[in-house]
Amino acid sequence: MTMMNVGRPTRPEDAIAGEGFRSLSGGRGLLQDEALLFELDGWDKCGVDLPAAELDASDLEGLTRDDLRLPGLSEPEAVRHYVRLSQKNHAIDLALYPLGSCTMKHNPRLNEKMARLPGFADLHPLQPVSTTQGALQLMDRLAHWLKTLTGMPAVALSPKAGAHGELCGLLSIKAAHEAAGQGDRRTVLVPTSAHGTNPATAAFVGYSVREIAQTADGRVDLADLAAKLGPDVAAIMVTNPNTCGLFERDIIEISRLTHEAGAYFYCDGANFNAIVGKVRPGDLGVDAMHINLHKTFSTPHGGGGPGAGPVVLSAALAPFAPAPWIVAGPNGLELREGDAGFGRLTAFHGQMGMFVRALAYMLSHGADGLRQVAEDAVLNANYVKARLSDVMSPAFPDGPCMHEALFDDAWLEGTGVTTLDFAKAMIDEGFHPMTMYFPLVVHGAMLIEPTETESKQELDRFCDALRALASAAKAGEVERFKGAPHLAPMRRLDETQAARKPKLVWREDPGSVAPTP
Amino acid sequence: MRFTKDHEWVSLDGDVATVGITAHAAEQLGDVVFVETPEVGKAVKAGDAFAVVESVKAASDVYAPVSGEVVEANEALAGSPETVNAEPEAGGWFAKIRVSDPAELDALMDKAAYDAFVASL
Amino acid sequence: MRYLPLTPADRAEMLGVIGAPDVDALFADVPAAARKTDLFDLPLHAGELEVERELSALAALNRPAGAGPFFCGAGAYRHHVPASVDHIIQRSEFLTSYTPYQPEIAQGTLQVLFEFQTQVAALTGLDVANASMYDGSTATAEAVMMAQRVTRREKAILSGGVHPHYAAVTQTIAHAEGMEIVRLPAAIDAEAAVIDAIDDETACVVVQTPNVFGVVTDVARIAEAAHARGALLIVVTTEAVSFGLLKSPGAMGADIAVAEGQSIGNALNYGGPYVGLFACREKFVRQMPGRLCGETVDAEGRRGYVLTLSTREQHIRREKATSNICTNSGLCALAFTIHLSLLGGQGLKQLAAVNHSRARELKAAVEAAGLEVLTPRFFNEIAVRTKGAAAELVERLLGDGIIAGVPFSRLDPKAGLDDVLLLAATETTTSADIAALKDALAR
Repeated sequence: MTMMNVGRPTRPEDAIAGEGFRSLSGGRGLLQDEALLFELDGWDKCGVDLPAAELDASDLEGLTRDDLRLPGLSEPEAVRHYVRLSQKNHAIDLALYPLGSCTMKHNPRLNEKMARLPGFADLHPLQPVSTTQGALQLMDRLAHWLKTLTGMPAVALSPKAGAHGELCGLLSIKAAHEAAGQGDRRTVLVPTSAHGTNPATAAFVGYSVREIAQTADGRVDLADLAAKLGPDVAAIMVTNPNTCGLFERDIIEISRLTHEAGAYFYCDGANFNAIVGKVRPGDLGVDAMHINLHKTFSTPHGGGGPGAGPVVLSAALAPFAPAPWIVAGPNGLELREGDAGFGRLTAFHGQMGMFVRALAYMLSHGADGLRQVAEDAVLNANYVKARLSDVMSPAFPDGPCMHEALFDDAWLEGTGVTTLDFAKAMIDEGFHPMTMYFPLVVHGAMLIEPTETESKQELDRFCDALRALASAAKAGEVERFKGAPHLAPMRRLDETQAARKPKLVWREDPGSVAPTP
Repeated sequence: MRFTKDHEWVSLDGDVATVGITAHAAEQLGDVVFVETPEVGKAVKAGDAFAVVESVKAASDVYAPVSGEVVEANEALAGSPETVNAEPEAGGWFAKIRVSDPAELDALMDKAAYDAFVASL
Repeated sequence: MRYLPLTPADRAEMLGVIGAPDVDALFADVPAAARKTDLFDLPLHAGELEVERELSALAALNRPAGAGPFFCGAGAYRHHVPASVDHIIQRSEFLTSYTPYQPEIAQGTLQVLFEFQTQVAALTGLDVANASMYDGSTATAEAVMMAQRVTRREKAILSGGVHPHYAAVTQTIAHAEGMEIVRLPAAIDAEAAVIDAIDDETACVVVQTPNVFGVVTDVARIAEAAHARGALLIVVTTEAVSFGLLKSPGAMGADIAVAEGQSIGNALNYGGPYVGLFACREKFVRQMPGRLCGETVDAEGRRGYVLTLSTREQHIRREKATSNICTNSGLCALAFTIHLSLLGGQGLKQLAAVNHSRARELKAAVEAAGLEVLTPRFFNEIAVRTKGAAAELVERLLGDGIIAGVPFSRLDPKAGLDDVLLLAATETTTSADIAALKDALAR
């Protein structure tokens, strides 16, 4: 044969066990470590080519600074810095993200493409409205979808997040009471299972908060509600389906009692994904409800925001909706920005970027697709509940759940493993933990919301992992849990130190903690 | 030393009562990260929320076991909240109150009664 | 349906495991009266192509700012964002991740927030900054609430130079909390009136610089006056690029600085999403609203970051929280951080210089066209006295393809300043744009 001398091994030699393997420089393969921006020696760099401009600040004598010290990076360095950091994050795009009440569904990329059309993205809020008719029409169309899906006659689009929407709803309610001479209604009733934003918002608006008890089967206690309703109550704030993942079967009676007492029914719409396209909150007696576009309508969570929290309103509350209102004028749509409702909640008009994304999502799904969303969301949650109920303890085992399944920690008793430990061990199995210790009404709560964008295969992978973990916990493998996560970019962090000695900015001082390779 | 059902302890010296949270409470709370002590000069009634003790994940109200006027607050806790965990019933005291009615202490539990109470929870 | 992975076979099998005859059995708790069998009166599902067509048609009805000479500012500014910024924020791990409540698998987000907080503190010249608010206007309202908590006083004074939307938002929120808001009349050089209004009941004074009329002010005197009476000074900035050139709020004596961060890293987006910056002196940190990211170590002694001082927030403190905010503006804060890390301090200063230089050119052109510029000292925005209503002038110039700024009457129709026009210039404004404006104005 023609002689070759470039042969080399093409199958692995007998692999040597890699336990405790450490590289020489501290690198860990694909997973890169990354220092702080301020440690990258970019104090005199800039990664943007700017026109040369003579700074003539003679007209700004005494008003200028020369003390701004911030590092810059060239584009390759910046890209590398942030890409390395991104590798340390879990994300929906990696695996099922079972956070109850957060609705971590897939974020369609079409939404991103549409939001970036220059006709939407490069539009100033204060351009003459004749140049933004497309934007106003889009907002109007989104409003139509929201009103139709909820069976409500009006919607305030400007709130920037769910909590901001709650503020909008309560301020509308407060204004409505004041207009009706009922301004001395000073109390808001909130179930013990409520999300923290509910009482926080009520207090922010100047109301005092009283709690409504819960029944043994996880619903609002009607008798307790009836006893607490009275002439001092301005509103109730109820989530439906509730934070235990259950539909409030007595919801019509809840709204009847509330209205009879002269109060309004504010609904926290965080769990709308369970009923979208299938049930209309307006048919349940709701007066105001915020909708989290970043939950039910797929706009991305982005590591903590931005969201959008438009609020649908009843006819009684509609006149009090905040500015701006979109109204039909002689030359098309207009923005009524002056005197409107209880005033203004934000500068400009709301989260247009999220409106585009949400409408793209709605148009993609349609009435039929959205109904399927709710049905698949509920089906998936019940499937997870069914596959885990024999090894974990559902908080409310009788009857179906809605879009999320709630477990307590009764099943962990005697194992030495807590809900927190269990959650951290899920990380090693490749999953983001579920919501833990919420709602507060259940001990060691574990709230799992798979959403409808999970395949059966991924659901099974998830359930198999949790079943294996449950067995390990019951078999006494405590170290697996106490030391978890073992395989994440970081081990458990010292939150005590972070709170006792808060270090919230980088400082150029020798006492700061250096990164350890 | 006397104890309340809300897990505060109080120790009277003359007409000044020193107040803190019990070892049991501190253990349940976990690492204490911050204490909001009451303002000196503040008047309190027995049962009023007059301080806040914080861990990473919780903020708990602390109730005055007796009525009177706050005459001193434990400033050292600002820099060393961990003292509450290390010495809850000694160096981890929160405040001193000049009591208006020393008889109020009689209604509180003694150590044996408090220990029995905790065991029953 | 492309976003729904379950097949009919899957669904049937899953129902079998659950033990339910059909999916409607899972909705058994829904009252009969609310159960609808028909689909809602909305279009059926659509493919990507169809959705693109429909939304593109709507987009085409809008005139993008960059399609011609453009001079709007008034709280939102058209700047150039480097291509890499938008590219990075669309990485799955940033776009589709959640609030970093599980720090072990969220160090990307957390480290970015720590960098963001550090940048914001440096820009504002203050000690600490939070992980963002919704926008500058809500940040302002929250700052006033914080001043109420810190001083235990109920009155806030808003300078007549504060953006009318910001003032309106602050009034709405503060009114709900029972605070008294003294909103001074809109005025070009508004700061003197502020000092006269401060008294012993004042919790805070809110001053904007550059203000809504573009006026740049040294607020050190106001800081002194406020502090002498035990009140806090809150400084508002709506054009974040100005931090590259102008004296910082902290250097001028501000206790709290709030700002709109949109100018850095974020497009105009017709008003949102934007990003609120919030910074203050260290001693007030426990009264701050919003999320805070702090440095710590993990079980192996490695440096890491976590959300901290959470007992201020709604999920723990509930009705006693410093704010009700939960979701903030994370991805916009990331975009801000990336853009600012590309610019660095030097770059931001240079960018600010370019902006100021274009604004000087703008001023000269407006004056050459015979109009009076009312702003004595400016960064990149000026207020101009128009002949006749400013809104009518803007309509006229629209016919020439020019978007000639924002009439003040659009922000505050009751201020009696209908002949005041706000014009901004940035690094995206060309000499040709300015020349076109001058010609149109002179006609």
